[in-house]
Amino acid sequence: MEQVKNLVLCGVGGQGTILASKILSTALVEAGYDVKMSEIHGMSQRGGSVTTQVRYGKEVASPIIGKGSADILVSFEAMEAMRYLDTLKPDGTVVVNDYRMPTATTLAGVQTYPENVIDQVKAAANTKVMDAAAIAKDLGNPKTMNIVLLGALVKVMGLEDLDWKKALEACVKPAFVEINEKAMEAGMKEVSE
Amino acid sequence: MKKLMTGNEAIARGAWEAGVQFASAYPGTPSTEILENVSTYPEIESEWAPNEKVAMEASVGAQLAGARSLVAMKHVGLNVAADPLMTAAYTGVNAGMVVISADDPDMHSSQNEQDNRNYAKLAKIGMIEPSDSQEAKDYIKEAFDLSEKFDTPMLFRLTTRICHSKSIVDIVDDRVEKPYVPYEKKKKFDPIPAVSRMLRKSVEERMNGLAEYAETTELNRIIWGDKKIGIVSAGVAYQYAKEVFGENASYLKLGFTYPLPMKKIKDFASQVETLYVIEELDPFMEDQIRAAGIACVGKEKIPNMYELNPDIVRKAILNEEHPTISYDASVIANRPPTLCAGCPHRGFYYELAKKKDVVAVSDIGCYALAGLAPLNVKDVALDMGAAFSIGHGAQKMFNKAGVNKRCVCTMGDSTFFHSGMTSMLEAVYNKSNILMVVLDNRITGMTGHQENPGTGYRINGEETHVTDIAEVAKALGVKHVRTVNPLKLSEVKEAIEWGLSFDEPACLITRWPCVLKKMSAMDKEEFGNYKAVNKVDPEKCIGCKSCIRTGCPALEFHADIKKVTISAGQCVACDVCAQVCPVQAIGREEK
Repeated sequence: MEQVKNLVLCGVGGQGTILASKILSTALVEAGYDVKMSEIHGMSQRGGSVTTQVRYGKEVASPIIGKGSADILVSFEAMEAMRYLDTLKPDGTVVVNDYRMPTATTLAGVQTYPENVIDQVKAAANTKVMDAAAIAKDLGNPKTMNIVLLGALVKVMGLEDLDWKKALEACVKPAFVEINEKAMEAGMKEVSE
Repeated sequence: MKKLMTGNEAIARGAWEAGVQFASAYPGTPSTEILENVSTYPEIESEWAPNEKVAMEASVGAQLAGARSLVAMKHVGLNVAADPLMTAAYTGVNAGMVVISADDPDMHSSQNEQDNRNYAKLAKIGMIEPSDSQEAKDYIKEAFDLSEKFDTPMLFRLTTRICHSKSIVDIVDDRVEKPYVPYEKKKKFDPIPAVSRMLRKSVEERMNGLAEYAETTELNRIIWGDKKIGIVSAGVAYQYAKEVFGENASYLKLGFTYPLPMKKIKDFASQVETLYVIEELDPFMEDQIRAAGIACVGKEKIPNMYELNPDIVRKAILNEEHPTISYDASVIANRPPTLCAGCPHRGFYYELAKKKDVVAVSDIGCYALAGLAPLNVKDVALDMGAAFSIGHGAQKMFNKAGVNKRCVCTMGDSTFFHSGMTSMLEAVYNKSNILMVVLDNRITGMTGHQENPGTGYRINGEETHVTDIAEVAKALGVKHVRTVNPLKLSEVKEAIEWGLSFDEPACLITRWPCVLKKMSAMDKEEFGNYKAVNKVDPEKCIGCKSCIRTGCPALEFHADIKKVTISAGQCVACDVCAQVCPVQAIGREEK
């Protein structure tokens, strides 16, 4: 593949975007791609907005992208999709989790959480909406929500043939490999319907 | 073996391969994971130092004893460590010494974005800048060789994107054990004025040697492409340039960036139509290139502040932009970081926020978040360990001017050990009546939980002496010292009143572990485990939002039903909200 692909994962500190990106980049490296991944640490574990960018292709220069460059934006939280929508290519795809997390300002009643945020995202871009929290809960482990979303990304980007089992084995404890595999499959299925 | 590594991980690997024996650091974003990763290699004696100056000095000592040594810090940390660096630049080294400065353009997690390349020029030492993780690993080895060859500490300068971005590293080399260089008493290690005057000259000779090396090293290489555009760049900025121009430009890619290879730059410039200098932050290279009489385009197009990215470079030079989709971004609510649910700082600041005529002097750490809504309880902060000294100066002048203000000065435990102890001594020695509060959450919190002199453990988990903050305060001469549990609001309230009742300095220690801390056996014994959550009784809740004013992210006010609920996933039953509720609607439920 000549063309470098750009993926953006966003969410809220603690939602597991970093683990999902790690599994993703592990599989991409294994498949022989050049890969660069960038994230901002710092205060994100205190409930702030977080984003990870993953780039892969034959040769990748910059670890970060600018605006209008992402092939896919996967948002682990509904409103965060809006926050990073400007990173998306006009023909890119948004996968948005129908999962709302209040912010410090909305909790305090200083700002309001936009009611129809998902509709606004849908109106602006090619969007796939999923309730990854419910899917993960149905699978028996709500904590696999991030992997369900990863599954959706894999499907949209056509990366199903990569060795995900191996990547999961490298990134999660042995006891959780199977449930995470199921979560990935569920995420893939959700966006193919 | 190919492995995806952050720059910080790659540096640790490179240091291990280089035969480094000693590494010291004080945590600070984006540098923290360097030492955390170094410490996973048992061959290297790794230490969290109380502050960056101490880390630098310990590192100087280690190389004096003949061991390759590394010291790492964030950009502002190098200000703290600048004193030993400036003279270590004169004395030179016995074994190799590399100083890592991790700068934070855009201030992702910092109070300024100073460009520490200027330190190489100021200290007159060599500097290396990698542009990805592979180079980070390879160049650190080169840095140690150069340190020994040219008898100088080397500056290894990183930025957030190098530290925290992952790229592929090919791991082939093993560790090369370096024999200890025998220690010999040498005049140069004792820089009294007569010696320093001699060393001053050898510094210039060394810089000449390094300048010659810069011309020939592989670290500075030309990648030919279209010759209409010639680009001089280094660090991550080189990757941005390459992203934008690809083969439509030629590059002089610099890895060794001080002293600059001026002959090479001149020669490169003569072969391209227009020379661009693409660098983040200051016109560090550009100023030198212009001073050498070489025409170039630089900061008139490329911004001199914040981070660069491919978009900015593209827009600046080609005036091109990627199309983006249009949408209404004004509806997006801000998502600032907050003090966590169960954060022990919340109780203290909630009570302090109610005090009138108080100037809240804060410091560098998570508690900086208390300055945000709804607590809004921070007037001032500046640098590590400054709260007590700034408060001292302000209090003396408030008193002198007859202004009715009292300074309540707060800093964390790690910040206190870093440089708050001398600030406390200032207040005692020069007699001000400030209230000095140490928010002791039993860990270095903000940077992701590093041990410190108060926690009882070293970086490798080894048990060590627990330095008692109350005992330190007493030894420094504070007569009024008290420790409270910050989760007990009535005790906190009373303690603040107590602390402000004196005509001399007082010290209040709030002692409760960070809610995210992995509790040690010692912690469990003292503080127990979190075993409950709080719940709001909707029958009793009157929707007054008193609890919301604590700023706890586990609490949510539902405007439609005018009731509050508590997120069971986040709540640890710290009980701060329960104490604030005027109708006792909040109670515990065992988990």
